[in-house]
Amino acid sequence: MLQAIGLESVEELFAQVPEDLKLRKPLDLPPAMSELELEDHMNRLAQANEAMDRWVCFLGAGSYDHFVPAVVDYIASRGEFYTSYTPYQPEVSQGNLQAFFEYQTMITQLTGMDVSNASLYDGGSATAEAVLMSFSGTGRSGAVVLSQAVHPEYRNIIRTYLENLDTQIRTVPCPQGTTAPEELARLLDDQCSCVVVQHPNFWGQLEPVEQLAQVAHEHGALFIVVVDLVSLGLLKRPSQYGADIVVAEGQCLGSPMSFGGPYLGVMACREEFLRRLPGRIAGQTVDRRGRRCWVLTLQTREQHIRRQKATSNICTNQGLLAIRAAVHLALLGPQGLREQAQLCLWKAHFAAQQITALERFELAFPGPFFKEFLVRDRQGRVADVLHWAWKQGIAAGVPLGRWFPQLQDCFLVAVTEKRTAEQIRRLAQVLAQAP
Amino acid sequence: MRNSRATRLLFELSKPGLRAVRFPEPDVPTPPPQELLPSEQLAADPPPLPELSEPDVVRHFVNLSTMNMAVDTHTYPLGSCTMKYNPKRNDRWAGLPGFAQLHPYQPEQSVQGLLQLLYELQQYLAQISGLDAVSLQPAAGAQGELAALLIAAAYFRQRKAELGPRTRVLIPDSAHGTNPASAAMAGFEAVTIRSNSQGLVDLEDLQQKLDPQVAVFMITNPNTLGLFETQIERIAQMVHDKGGLLYLDGANMNAILGVVRPGDFGADMMHFNPHKTFSGPHGAGGPGAGPIAVKKHLDPYLPVPVVVRDEEGRFRLDYDRPHSIGQVRSFFGNVGVLIRAYAYIRTLGPQGLRQVAEDAVLNANYLLSLVKPFLPVPFGSRCMHEFVATAQELRRQRGITAMDLAKRLLDFGFHAPTVYFPITVREALMIEPTETESKQSLDAMAQALFRITEESPELLRQAPHSTWISRPDEVQAARRPMLKWTPQEDRS
Repeated sequence: MLQAIGLESVEELFAQVPEDLKLRKPLDLPPAMSELELEDHMNRLAQANEAMDRWVCFLGAGSYDHFVPAVVDYIASRGEFYTSYTPYQPEVSQGNLQAFFEYQTMITQLTGMDVSNASLYDGGSATAEAVLMSFSGTGRSGAVVLSQAVHPEYRNIIRTYLENLDTQIRTVPCPQGTTAPEELARLLDDQCSCVVVQHPNFWGQLEPVEQLAQVAHEHGALFIVVVDLVSLGLLKRPSQYGADIVVAEGQCLGSPMSFGGPYLGVMACREEFLRRLPGRIAGQTVDRRGRRCWVLTLQTREQHIRRQKATSNICTNQGLLAIRAAVHLALLGPQGLREQAQLCLWKAHFAAQQITALERFELAFPGPFFKEFLVRDRQGRVADVLHWAWKQGIAAGVPLGRWFPQLQDCFLVAVTEKRTAEQIRRLAQVLAQAP
Repeated sequence: MRNSRATRLLFELSKPGLRAVRFPEPDVPTPPPQELLPSEQLAADPPPLPELSEPDVVRHFVNLSTMNMAVDTHTYPLGSCTMKYNPKRNDRWAGLPGFAQLHPYQPEQSVQGLLQLLYELQQYLAQISGLDAVSLQPAAGAQGELAALLIAAAYFRQRKAELGPRTRVLIPDSAHGTNPASAAMAGFEAVTIRSNSQGLVDLEDLQQKLDPQVAVFMITNPNTLGLFETQIERIAQMVHDKGGLLYLDGANMNAILGVVRPGDFGADMMHFNPHKTFSGPHGAGGPGAGPIAVKKHLDPYLPVPVVVRDEEGRFRLDYDRPHSIGQVRSFFGNVGVLIRAYAYIRTLGPQGLRQVAEDAVLNANYLLSLVKPFLPVPFGSRCMHEFVATAQELRRQRGITAMDLAKRLLDFGFHAPTVYFPITVREALMIEPTETESKQSLDAMAQALFRITEESPELLRQAPHSTWISRPDEVQAARRPMLKWTPQEDRS
């Protein structure tokens, strides 16, 4: 091959690189390993972790131990999905494009919104993208209003994204566990482009979304809601209470927890904001012989065409996770999703009842909740309680002190359809014996 | 062989009452939901999702998959995307329950194996980049760019008295679109720098635009033409002399692994694309990951958390970094992708990684030598990991466009190169064979391209001829957007 190029040595291939810059010694990295050796090494690293296949998981706060049917893994591991890329050539990407079109359709069916994109990175950055969208959507960028009960990491991401822009972030305090419409109204003025609310919120509580949407709209702000997609098996669809942009963490639709990623940023909106959507969108059309087919469309929104005027910088997205979600939703169907949501609801309420039957624990907030609730330890020894439970093989909850000093005596408990009555009773027993 | 009945839309295959997943009978009390939740919060009906059996779903998606080209099935010389073979072992390991079944808020002492892996990966990336500190958090290259620019913004905010306000980011005209888009998102004005007649950064133009308001110069090296910026040291010097920072878009790291390090040629910060360079599968468009590496003086601004090791050898997530820009995505990052990158680096070791660069550059130059006799390559007779050919002559003489060549190549069983990018070359075909293609497949691809250039323009204009569809009407797709299935359409 070198001969064909007209070179004598591999070194000459790098003639463009100035000599004085070239690395004179090998990289300081561990030596190569065979598959057999590395298999052993990777197994040892994996086994050094205490994973949720052996612990009973009541952890949530944005990442959930939901059931993933085997078919999802099977389909997603097809090399034709797994090792392809962004469908720049529609003729050889119809599988991906049609799957994205189906994903988009099912996201609109779930949320009731008009349009969905084909994925963003995760729920948190999707929320930040929604906030950026609200600037061009309203022509305002002076301020945004966030409920304090939005995931603290999502709020952190929004803060990061806005840090170098002249936008003020206002936060609605939620001492009662939900966002009060009158409190929201006090923070809104004609500078505000949007209101961001999570429903059910970070603490599991249902928000008065209808009233909040109304207050936002009265002040000309967009209503952005972060939803739990599983809850939509039971709860009203965001379109029914006036959402303008819906975002969500899509991990709950067929992806493992995987220590926080890769996940799936879900985004859907009203038709009016279609041309401000970030990310890829698959659209239906016909080919030169009139056959129905799908392409990436409305690309003039995107960075590879519009450069600095693009709606976002996103290029690589979470395509495979979107396909996982599509397969997952197709397997569940309307009845499956409703049953899953009901099981979460029932089991979470059973768990709350079991835990609060103990003198030591109470619910931190009184309002209705879906699959997650905040437990207060009257003795204020959350770290001890959680550590004790962990030793018994139970991941009992997420402590909140890191984000909410006023809630450091509380932990957040999530109960999915995977938990059994026996595991829940065991949780209560273990909590009863906690030091 | 595709079963076209099974590839009808899920919604057209749907039959009321069918379902694939059954949940266990409830083993807890089951009061009606309206007793637990306010009725005004409840939907009357579940969402109108399609209803299918498990075999329906499997057959549907398996048939859909056969309508894709992929690295596992075809040569995929999509320039700038580094579509190399993805070792299957890495997928097995990333899927081990000890990794995949970890919750992001588990206690740190329960994830020591994973934290060790991530800590070591931070160190490997620092070593490969020649930079000092690494954040694994960004979810993709573009988010890495954004994070790095926000770091630059924070850095200059803190040094405002000394360095003045910095509002501009300079970007070569041959750069990826993500660069200017990231600059705008981070609140900077993006200013374009011209390329010179060799396809490299025009130093005069750079000199002219490099004023004290410039925060960052974002460079891709090797650039998108597959050329190494030979003046890179000078460029770094110029940028640093004006108090600016040099950012490296690491999309093309495959060409220089173990050969030259960005930190050594003057970059202050960069991102990696593990789905390209370190063989994480591209997954129909993602997930990727976008770790960033920075010089010491920018370390305090990295996103939180970073993995650290304490004196007792325990690994921890460090959130206590007061100058950090904060988070750019939730939780730690695209861990599943990072595990694959780690396994890839451990598989190859230092010699193996250098071999990757050598083979990638060898393959690209070999293909270049086969292609350029019949398809001009405007910039340089040599290239790094990729090269950009042009169909401009073919278009002028015979009306054959880059798109025609790309589409026809599909008929010969090759994925198309990237076309019409970079925008500095007309009728561009950006070809990146990667190191995992054999000489035989490169010979075959060159031969196919040659045969295509001899074919009739009419034949090419209608290509591809062997795929399920051909030349979709993209204008109609954009003019009358149909972005979801609707029941009305079903009836018509």
